Amino acid sequence: MLDLAKYQSIGAALKDALDQFANEICLIEADRERENERLTYRDFKDRALPLARTLQDANYRTADRAAMIMTNQSKWLISAYAIFFCGGVLVPLDFKLTPGEQWQLLTHSGAAVLITEYPIWRQLAASSGRADAKSLHTILVTEASPNADLAGARRWEAGQANKAAPTFVPRARNDLATIVYSSGTGGRPKGCMMTHENYLEQCVALTSLYPFAPGFRYLSILPTNHAIDFMVGFFGPFICGATVVHLRTLRPEFVRDAFAKYKITYVSVVPLVLKNLQKGLQARFDALPSGKRRIFNALVAVNKALTKSHPRLGLSRRLLKQVHVGFGGELRAIIVGGAFTEPQTLQFFYDLGIPVANGYGLTEAGTAITVNDLHPFRADTVGKPLPGMEVRVVDADKDGIGEVLVRSKTVMSGYLNEPELTAETIVDGWLKTGDLGRFDPAGHLQLFGRKKNMIVTEEGKNIYPEDIEAVFESLAVKEFCVFAANYIWPQRSMVGEQLVLVIHLEPGQTLTEELRKSIAQLNSRLLNYKRIHGIVVYQEDFPRTASLKIKRNVLAERLSKLDRAETVLPV
Amino acid sequence: MRTIDQTTREILELAAKHFNVPAGTLAPDDDFFKKLGIDSLQTLELLSRIENHFNIELPDYEVQGVSDFRTLASRIQSRL
Repeated sequence: MLDLAKYQSIGAALKDALDQFANEICLIEADRERENERLTYRDFKDRALPLARTLQDANYRTADRAAMIMTNQSKWLISAYAIFFCGGVLVPLDFKLTPGEQWQLLTHSGAAVLITEYPIWRQLAASSGRADAKSLHTILVTEASPNADLAGARRWEAGQANKAAPTFVPRARNDLATIVYSSGTGGRPKGCMMTHENYLEQCVALTSLYPFAPGFRYLSILPTNHAIDFMVGFFGPFICGATVVHLRTLRPEFVRDAFAKYKITYVSVVPLVLKNLQKGLQARFDALPSGKRRIFNALVAVNKALTKSHPRLGLSRRLLKQVHVGFGGELRAIIVGGAFTEPQTLQFFYDLGIPVANGYGLTEAGTAITVNDLHPFRADTVGKPLPGMEVRVVDADKDGIGEVLVRSKTVMSGYLNEPELTAETIVDGWLKTGDLGRFDPAGHLQLFGRKKNMIVTEEGKNIYPEDIEAVFESLAVKEFCVFAANYIWPQRSMVGEQLVLVIHLEPGQTLTEELRKSIAQLNSRLLNYKRIHGIVVYQEDFPRTASLKIKRNVLAERLSKLDRAETVLPV
Repeated sequence: MRTIDQTTREILELAAKHFNVPAGTLAPDDDFFKKLGIDSLQTLELLSRIENHFNIELPDYEVQGVSDFRTLASRIQSRL
């Protein structure tokens, strides 16, 4: 592993890694049962430098922003490195957003360059919003067919013929490295401004607990625009000479096969995928004949007893061979993130000898704040603070539960173009997470819900109610707003969070079947994970500020007096 | 060559079978997430079944953002 203390930027560290590990395999890209390509670090460099030169020829300058909207694939990482090589600021956007949302963030970020895949570009080009993205001057698309209508874009692959050497642009630790949108495709995009130092420090902390080395293989399933995959599916493995495996399809059967086929060392997943894996395994165990089942259960019990204080991978692999063979036999840990994972799911895997690196983090804090160090494994907590993280709980109630604050070199420098929001979020150097927790006597953090009006889905999506309200604008009611139900009626839980639509009807109006149908119809325009799950009819005028903005906290306080079970009606 | 109506009908039958709901309860304009109460992973499982049935490959990007059977059928029809 490179000594990151010596480096000023992501680009400089990656540049040395490509030379130091030149002969190691850095990327494998597969599509279903086919392997598309396998690149060494030398091959990677040979592809990235022509792209860097192409960008520089296109007047891409130091600190210019370059957005990427791509699924997980080798060109994602190659393009990201080329951007860092040029001293640019990477803006990784979620390929699952709608074209309208993507244009909004392209505009907000002030991106000069967009690198994307042709199918995504086809939808973007057909959608309005391009005229607003005034800074955007160069668009590169990958994998366009020979006759494709490029709509003003250029082919990514054409740049590979550019043999002139690009100029490496050094950056300082405090310079901006990325702008990562943690949410906010509605009125107020939250673009977290992350510095090179944020990443360098986080990488040192994470790899101290979960190290990479040449020969280690990381299966990249989480979108790489996500902070976790960027760190453990790109920067972390690269500065250690490890291999990243990309799949072009996320069909469960191909993901399952990939573990054994590529002998995966680490994988990161969201809780939804982990639970799905659990379900599949449980079904297989349940199908065992009763005799075999008894033996299997006994082996699991033995493994559980022998790994109580810490994981013993070799032993677990021997004891529960069939399970581990199914995972390739070399899996060291499953990293789970993006949302809260239920303890029984974590325990299920640990008992099989598969440690789950369960943690807690948010983009604003530079990926992870706490991670389970596995000594011992604790399914009921999100682990201890990572090295370099100061974490405290403030305004604690009688049970010791209060808001979690974080101070660290990994915390973002602020939200792009949002000085007020930044000042509210980072106070005296402490990042206010809006999450509620407490430390147990062993120093492990336990989470108990949120103080903020938002939900996180099992797929790891942060949903802010304000962001989805626009969909309901045509609703024929006096006024409305959307809330996270737990924000109104706090529950000490991080799972099963739902959104509710609060409506105030016109005088004499009632919640008719027709109105309910229009709510359902508008709701269906939202992506499935963004939809509301209940309707609340409120009888009074919403409290508002002088500028007529809804006082959400006051309204939530009033709604909290109502009984949740009686008040929330089905959509 | 199937017509789009035939393709749609076959998809509805496959979905009903896969998720164990009575045949005829699904309609082309149904939002399958809502109607079947399924998540994104279960949708991918259904797609694999549909691919096998029609003997095609449907890249993940083709079904990105699709949530109703009619649109899904049109994406499949274009690859038949």
